[in-house]
Amino acid sequence: MFFETILIAMREIRRNVMRSSLTILGIVIGVAAVITMVTVGDGATKQVANEISSLGSNLLDVRPGQSFRGPGGTRSGAPMFKIADADAIEREIFGLAGVAPIVGRTAQVIYGNDNYVTQITGSTNNYLDVRNWVLSGGRIFNDVELKAGAAVCIIGDTIRKQFFEGQDPIGRTIRVVKISCQVIGVLKPKGQSGFGTDQDDFLLMPLRTVQRRIAGSTDIGSISVSAMDGVSTDKVKTDIERLMRERRQTGKNEDDDFNVRDMQEIVKTLTGTTKLLTTLLGAVAAVSLLVGGIGIMNIMLVSVTERTREIGIRLAIGAMEKQVLMQFLIEAVVLSCFGGIIGIILGIAASVAGAGALKVPFVLNIGIVAISFVFSAGVGVVFGYFPARKAAHLDPIEALRHE
Amino acid sequence: MTHASSENSGPVIELNSVTRRYGTGTAEVSALQGIDVTIEHGDFVAVMGPSGSGKSTCMNILGCLDTPSSGSYRFMGIDVGQLSRDQRALLRRHYLGFVFQGFNLLNRTSALENVELPLIYRGTHAKERSQKAKKALASVGLTGWETHTPAELSGGQQQRVAIARAIVTDPSVLFADEPTGNLDSARSREIMELLTSFNRDRGLTVVMVTHDAMMASYAKRIIRFRDGFIENEESNGGR
Ligand SMILES: Nc1ncnc2c1ncn2[C@@H]1O[C@H](COP(=O)(O)OP(=O)(O)OP(=O)(O)O)[C@@H](O)[C@H]1O
Ligand SMILES: [Mg+2]
Repeated sequence: MFFETILIAMREIRRNVMRSSLTILGIVIGVAAVITMVTVGDGATKQVANEISSLGSNLLDVRPGQSFRGPGGTRSGAPMFKIADADAIEREIFGLAGVAPIVGRTAQVIYGNDNYVTQITGSTNNYLDVRNWVLSGGRIFNDVELKAGAAVCIIGDTIRKQFFEGQDPIGRTIRVVKISCQVIGVLKPKGQSGFGTDQDDFLLMPLRTVQRRIAGSTDIGSISVSAMDGVSTDKVKTDIERLMRERRQTGKNEDDDFNVRDMQEIVKTLTGTTKLLTTLLGAVAAVSLLVGGIGIMNIMLVSVTERTREIGIRLAIGAMEKQVLMQFLIEAVVLSCFGGIIGIILGIAASVAGAGALKVPFVLNIGIVAISFVFSAGVGVVFGYFPARKAAHLDPIEALRHE
Repeated sequence: MTHASSENSGPVIELNSVTRRYGTGTAEVSALQGIDVTIEHGDFVAVMGPSGSGKSTCMNILGCLDTPSSGSYRFMGIDVGQLSRDQRALLRRHYLGFVFQGFNLLNRTSALENVELPLIYRGTHAKERSQKAKKALASVGLTGWETHTPAELSGGQQQRVAIARAIVTDPSVLFADEPTGNLDSARSREIMELLTSFNRDRGLTVVMVTHDAMMASYAKRIIRFRDGFIENEESNGGR
């Protein structure tokens, strides 16, 4: 009996190509949309999380200028920091893992016939620890180089690729502005940031070297501070703020003329934003799931009249109620699963393409795949099966007379 | 079925004061107002009567497609009113063939698959199924039309597919509600010859509604309906 019912169900699916393919289409759209959107959204979140962990999450950035005026103190007329400020923070604030005074300039770098504009960062070895940089080759600065402001540099991976593809850069000399500068170390790449910045596109020189030979002043642009694990960055932040107000003799009613940015806060905002993005995409996807579901429902309900007559005919020639129901169930399950599988395949393909286009990692959420499949297929089965249940319980003649 | 032994003893059909009412309250229509009918094995009965007199209603009850409002229906001695839905389905499947006034073929389904349908529910194997269905179609003169769907067939051709579907299972009783209603007289006569031969050669009991006295003359017995009652019954000894 089961075999006959399968045969009948298959004949019915094949016969009603239009109805069958519309049902499948509804499910395909629902499933594929949800998988694509959620996967891409998750990829973006993952991307941000990766970047943040590579940045170092216990990081605080101290800059001159008021926070709402943005970074770059000169514009707001606030005095720049000096190396003494960094020393004071290191000496007087409890719970710090490292303090790195930073001077940055954008400058041209030349190697052979190649020239390239990049970010020059002047700092100490602490910079590497504070910002989670790891050497892939060479060495860090030694004390003599740091004190004397020697013409040495550690290059980011982008610069290595730009100038030294296929060669060992260690020991080679590049020109930075007007200084001939020896490469002593290369950094491991951190990769492209999702916000369009290439984190590896910079080179590090001793603070003194940049101050004296490039910037021509003893100012420092900002101070990067990393808190020890387990130390509250909030506490460190208020301590630094108090210390700096003291040092800069800010009056009681005056606003700070510097700002301390807690990376953890930025991290929270960023992950919050991407989570919101995922939720938003998820909502859009849920709508398409719903629309797909309504489509399926519509097709099923529209065909009820015709199908009720069909049920009447089947009952009249000797089908049992349960055989008719089994037929409808098989039809619904076959169509729904078929649609669901196509939807999953399409959804994954679109996710891979989307993740590639947006340069975010491809993170497949099996839970979402399952949920969208179960929901869509469920709608297909429920609306394929339940109208039939009512009709199959009628006397054959009533089902035949159904308008 | 379990009661096949009763096949040669007693009447195949016995209706006792059967009524059928449609609707409720003021809209109530009494389509059958107390019908007593007895039909023996191998009989060939023509049911006649004006439009709306309850012929189709009576046929539907006889074909176990509908249930009486009151009264009893015994088929081969079994009280149909006591049977479950599934048992009635099995009764239809194994003993009854039905030709509807409005054909009731499956749309977008070939003539052959329409005729195969009752055999599928019987669990007949594919090869035998298509052989039998082709033979049934041939017996109603539709060889060569197997792959056509109802929409591609004329009214008369559809009617013949419906007849083929009803007889393909070799039922004990064939109910036919105006089986020649859409056919020209030559084609009608062919169908009547066919039914007569089934009746004579296979002992198929035939109950047929017709408005045409010419068609009724093929039957052994004529029952006339009027306003939900049986007006008279006459035997048709001529043939
Ligand atoms: N489903 C129904 N609901 C309400 N009334 C019905 C229904 N079916 C039949 N009737 C009524 O029952 C009466 C008998 O109808 P029936 O179809 O049995 O007549 P008939 O003798 O077959 O007529 P015809 O020769 O036109 O086919 C009619 O008055 C009809 O209006
Ligand atoms: Mg009628």
